[in-house]
Amino acid sequence: MVSAGIDVGAETVKVVILNGDKIVGRSIVRGGLDRSKSSDEAMDEALKSAGLSRGDVERTVATGIGRKEVEFATAVATEIAADARGVTILFPSVRTIIDVGAEEARGIKTDGTGKVTDFAKNEKCAAGVGSFVGSMARALEIQLEDMGPLSLESDKEIPMNVTCVVFAESEVVSLIHAKVPKPDIARAIHGAIATRTTSMVRRVGIEKEVVFIGGVAKNPGVVESLKRHLGVDFLIPEEPQMVGAMGAAIIAATAN
Amino acid sequence: MLANYGYSDGSGTYYITLDTDKCDGCRDCVTACPQQMFLVEPDDYDDDKAVIKEAMRKDVKYLCAPCKPTAGPRELPCETACTPRAIVHSW
Amino acid sequence: MAEQKPEFWRWHEYTWRDEGKNWKDYEKITAGVDIGSVSSKAAIMVDGELYSYSLFRTGSSSPDSAHKAIQGCLDGTGMTLDDIKFIVGTGYGRVNVPFAHKTVTEIACHARGANSMNAGVRTILDMGGQDCKAILCDENGKVQQFLMNDKCAAGTGRGMEVVSDLLSVPIGDIGPLSLGVDREPPPVSSTCVVFAKTEAVGLLREGFNVAEVLAAYCAAMAHRVVTLIQRVGVKKEFAITGGISKNAGVVKRIEKELGVEAVEIAPDAQLAGAIGAANFAKDLLAKQMARAAG
Repeated sequence: MVSAGIDVGAETVKVVILNGDKIVGRSIVRGGLDRSKSSDEAMDEALKSAGLSRGDVERTVATGIGRKEVEFATAVATEIAADARGVTILFPSVRTIIDVGAEEARGIKTDGTGKVTDFAKNEKCAAGVGSFVGSMARALEIQLEDMGPLSLESDKEIPMNVTCVVFAESEVVSLIHAKVPKPDIARAIHGAIATRTTSMVRRVGIEKEVVFIGGVAKNPGVVESLKRHLGVDFLIPEEPQMVGAMGAAIIAATAN
Repeated sequence: MLANYGYSDGSGTYYITLDTDKCDGCRDCVTACPQQMFLVEPDDYDDDKAVIKEAMRKDVKYLCAPCKPTAGPRELPCETACTPRAIVHSW
Repeated sequence: MAEQKPEFWRWHEYTWRDEGKNWKDYEKITAGVDIGSVSSKAAIMVDGELYSYSLFRTGSSSPDSAHKAIQGCLDGTGMTLDDIKFIVGTGYGRVNVPFAHKTVTEIACHARGANSMNAGVRTILDMGGQDCKAILCDENGKVQQFLMNDKCAAGTGRGMEVVSDLLSVPIGDIGPLSLGVDREPPPVSSTCVVFAKTEAVGLLREGFNVAEVLAAYCAAMAHRVVTLIQRVGVKKEFAITGGISKNAGVVKRIEKELGVEAVEIAPDAQLAGAIGAANFAKDLLAKQMARAAG
């Protein structure tokens, strides 16, 4: 049976297509304001990579902030449920999931069967999530992908008021004017996200193994900082941003 | 005066209230707080009163976390140390 | 030459002085200087009566901004800084007023100032450039309770500047535009300016016009500060100070949600901090003079 999972996030749309338990197609596209249209684009691209057409897909489960805008979905799942299912397939030994996306961060505890036993969320505030790094990269006038590697060049702790993205933008500008090296600023920004993430995860409690997923897990600066703050090591899948879509596809495949 | 130090953001509301009418400036909170968040200094009306250090006001949720277990009875060192009961946490 | 991008968030600077008064006829000349994150204000009082005031944008240096503000009050009067017997500094940059004799927190100054401008005032909502404060005071303008939020830009003037820039609407036009709409979209995020911005762009895409999006934004900002002020409670009279007090779109929506009308405080609600500081200066000068007299 062919099933699909689509994760409509705040910034990107991800699709995973399964044939049985094998991944046969996948895609990741930048989401536009019209989420229904971006969903269609992502789905078509994934189908193309699998050499399949819409009619071949038996069930599609949508997740993510825009999950209700996917017209072709047969069912929806929360991000937390999708994360837990996806992680359990990839890493059966994991009990704690840290997911930091563009606009939301989550700490999730699972029982190892894919069931969620507890979770905490950081929402409604852009400090501490991925869009924070994006805004700061713009203020620093560097590419988003360069933020992580750049910050690793620094080992300095500089004081920075990073409680709010809007205020931090003006602070970054004054730090640049004061000739503070960009790697030091980037490091402070990643440290701020790590502090918030740590406090969120501690609320659900840290049980081994731990996995870090979501688009922000691709940023080595945040990864390094989070390891330091959390005091434990964690796993990172090869494609951390695809886990939600993967989980949704598994939910679709196993639904009856 | 009820001085509320802290903030409210997307995740919730976190204020430490200091009742300056009750505060006698004894400094017991200064020694009790493991994070050294308190300071006793003259206020705008020239009385010595406890305050939360300015640099720490935007971080109370994180700074106070070690004293606030999620389960079981809680006994906050600052609230307990304050004989006139001038300190109250909102969360 | 590169083309300058218009700065929609900019507002007008001004100075005022009471032409009917000759400062030399008065004994106690005091001043208050309020250095905010966005605007710098100064007020000079003669025997407790308002003589002159100024309102400027804060520059990158607080001491320079403080000098500029007080100079705005002195220009054309023949008075010099040395003629002012006591100066109180307040505001976010208060420690950087080099010529101040004393600093007082902006909370105490806003309460004192608003109460002196309208004696009935007991509740003050100060919406500044980078923070928001809810203050309760007694009949003498002494603070009884306060609560401040300076952690994030939601509910602050900075948050309004972001939307003015985003939608290319001059900051002074936001209020009137937002009140002239026939339909209001649901409010955008009240807790985060960054998310509100994204949602505002989404509303435009959905077909709402600029004025309607401004209405949604003003409503969100009003809701944000109402939740703050409800923690201290509202006692009449209620006054709004700070830069946002000039945005009728936010003020009207706060009044509606609270069910209380804000009283006017003349001459300009943005001056409450500086006028309060000048009042503190007057008391401190009197104390000093009493001590000198033995």
